[in-house]
Amino acid sequence: MSTVTSKPKYEIPTPREITTKPRRSDLIFSAIVTGGGFTSLLILGLITFFLGMRGWSAIKESGLGFITGAQWVAADLEAGTPSNYGIGAMLFGTFVIALIGLAVAAPLSIGVALFLTYYAPDFLKRPLTLVIDIMAAIPSIVYGLWGYFVLMPHAIYWAKLIHRYFSWIPIFEMKDPVFIRSPFVAGLVLSIMIIPIMTAITREVFAQTPLDRVQAAYALGATKWSMIKAVVFPYGRSGMIGGAMLGLGRAMGETVAVYTVLNISYRFNYEVLFSAGGSVASMIVAKFGEASAVEIDALMGAGFVLFLATLLVNLLANLIVNLGKKGR
Amino acid sequence: MSSQTLDKHSQVKPLKPWSITPRELLPDFIGVLLAVVATLLTLDFTPMRGKLGFIGALFFYSMIATASVNAIKRDAKAAKNSISSLFIYVAAGIVVAPVASIVYTIISRGLAGFGLGIFKTDMGNAVPDSPLNEGGLLHALVGTIETVLFATIICVPLAILTALYLTEIRGRFSGLVRFLVQAMSGVPSIIAGLFIYAIYLISFKGKYSGFAGSLALSILMLPTVARVAEEVLKLIPDDLREAGLALGATQWRTVSKIVIPAARSGLVTAVILGVARVAGETAPILLTIGGNDRMNWNLFSGQMSSLPFYVWRQYLYGGELATSRAWTGIFVLMIIVMFFFTLTRLLSRKGGK
Repeated sequence: MSTVTSKPKYEIPTPREITTKPRRSDLIFSAIVTGGGFTSLLILGLITFFLGMRGWSAIKESGLGFITGAQWVAADLEAGTPSNYGIGAMLFGTFVIALIGLAVAAPLSIGVALFLTYYAPDFLKRPLTLVIDIMAAIPSIVYGLWGYFVLMPHAIYWAKLIHRYFSWIPIFEMKDPVFIRSPFVAGLVLSIMIIPIMTAITREVFAQTPLDRVQAAYALGATKWSMIKAVVFPYGRSGMIGGAMLGLGRAMGETVAVYTVLNISYRFNYEVLFSAGGSVASMIVAKFGEASAVEIDALMGAGFVLFLATLLVNLLANLIVNLGKKGR
Repeated sequence: MSSQTLDKHSQVKPLKPWSITPRELLPDFIGVLLAVVATLLTLDFTPMRGKLGFIGALFFYSMIATASVNAIKRDAKAAKNSISSLFIYVAAGIVVAPVASIVYTIISRGLAGFGLGIFKTDMGNAVPDSPLNEGGLLHALVGTIETVLFATIICVPLAILTALYLTEIRGRFSGLVRFLVQAMSGVPSIIAGLFIYAIYLISFKGKYSGFAGSLALSILMLPTVARVAEEVLKLIPDDLREAGLALGATQWRTVSKIVIPAARSGLVTAVILGVARVAGETAPILLTIGGNDRMNWNLFSGQMSSLPFYVWRQYLYGGELATSRAWTGIFVLMIIVMFFFTLTRLLSRKGGK
């Protein structure tokens, strides 16, 4: 006698509640990730706060002179003279060497980017890209020592030639012929250091030029150069400008390499071939070793100004590059 | 019969009317020849001398030669085109030159003081003028390894979280965060050192130590790792994420069990790129770790050295022997940097397949 028991072998599970409410694990996950996502904001905020706080006393004491002054004198208690900290000459020097670097690097980077996208035979593209990547990977201290021991003897010779034939241009004239460790040499070293980033950005934008426009230009009988002028440059303008500005930002913040090849001197010097220049970042390293507590605060102020300047240049550069990308 | 016609056809060379014949190359050849001859004559009869004079004159005459050859063959536009081509080729050549020179210098000067002995001792018993077989850079090597390793430990979780926020959460502030990470990658390295000095050594009354150096390096590492990790996570197809969610997994499980394992090799590449980026950083190290001529194994107490610091100190000593030590330090540093550089290339090539 077999009876069919109505009792089921397994319990039928109750239907799961369907909901869009996130589980607790997801809430925790998204909270942690969101928190971590704001690390960069936190760090940038802390840098602004702490450097600003430390440097504020020095900036307040010197007032506007902190930005425009050309003196760096610690307070002398015996003579009773107050401290006078001004980074004007250093800021000026920073822009001078960064602009020299940019003037040398910009045509070269655009040339290399064009070469890689439109001129190079296939077997050259990979090795040249490798060389540019290696350039980006070389630490700045290596550039510094190489610039001092290897490049500078050559650069002094070039500077002498420029001085002999172009001294009628005000920036190339000089009263005392001292060519060693000049802004010109520092600018050359910087130019080599910023070529990789400028080339990378410019090349990326050049590679995005619409192929149909390129071919349309060729079909109309354009030579390679007229095609580039008519199609590639207008399309890549934002990339070229943005890349150049990113390079400028890097050049402004370069420390060790500039320190080795530049004679830091507290005066406004526009004679780029003469052995006197300035750089905020290098000055910080140069003064840091034997600085008193008050002077360190002034150095923090200098760092604060440099930080804001590079941040501004970088933000503008990224804005230009991104706008150009969106415009397509 | 048919095979015969085939043979006959196969003997007919296909015509390539667009290919360059030797006859068409003749004017170009004459142009090059004239340029070289003119250069040599100029060097003989004018005060221009040396390599620079040779290159400058050759460039000048090549420009004239290629422009006139193309102007004769075609028109002014072709001449302009050829001049711009010449400039672009020369630009590529100029960019390669410093890299070649740097590599040559590092190898030739670095090998002078190189030997297994430098990995056995520190500089504790050596003075700047000690012969090269006394004193070594073991302390610096250990310092570099410890600081970079600890910087990686601090930075990687934060960087990956940033990348996950940008690709998984895709919150309202993604644009802002991406923008800030970009901005952070442009922060000068000296600022990172100065910041750590202000916050750790002044405000928290810390001492010079390898730990402070690690903190500074991790700030510089963060944007590199975060950006590359974001690119890698973006490459994971959304289908995978949706499949995970459709199976009833929570987002946490989808990310931890599907997305991250799928992106693992790319994430490793991101971390190594970050390591290669900071291993040679000098400026932040100068302000934070204090420097030491003796071995210090402890990252958290006491001043430390590191390879960039060692190179810097030897360079500042000056003198033949100390400079030679500096180049040896650079040689070792470059071996480390290039090792990681090559590793990322190999990894990303494997991931691409």
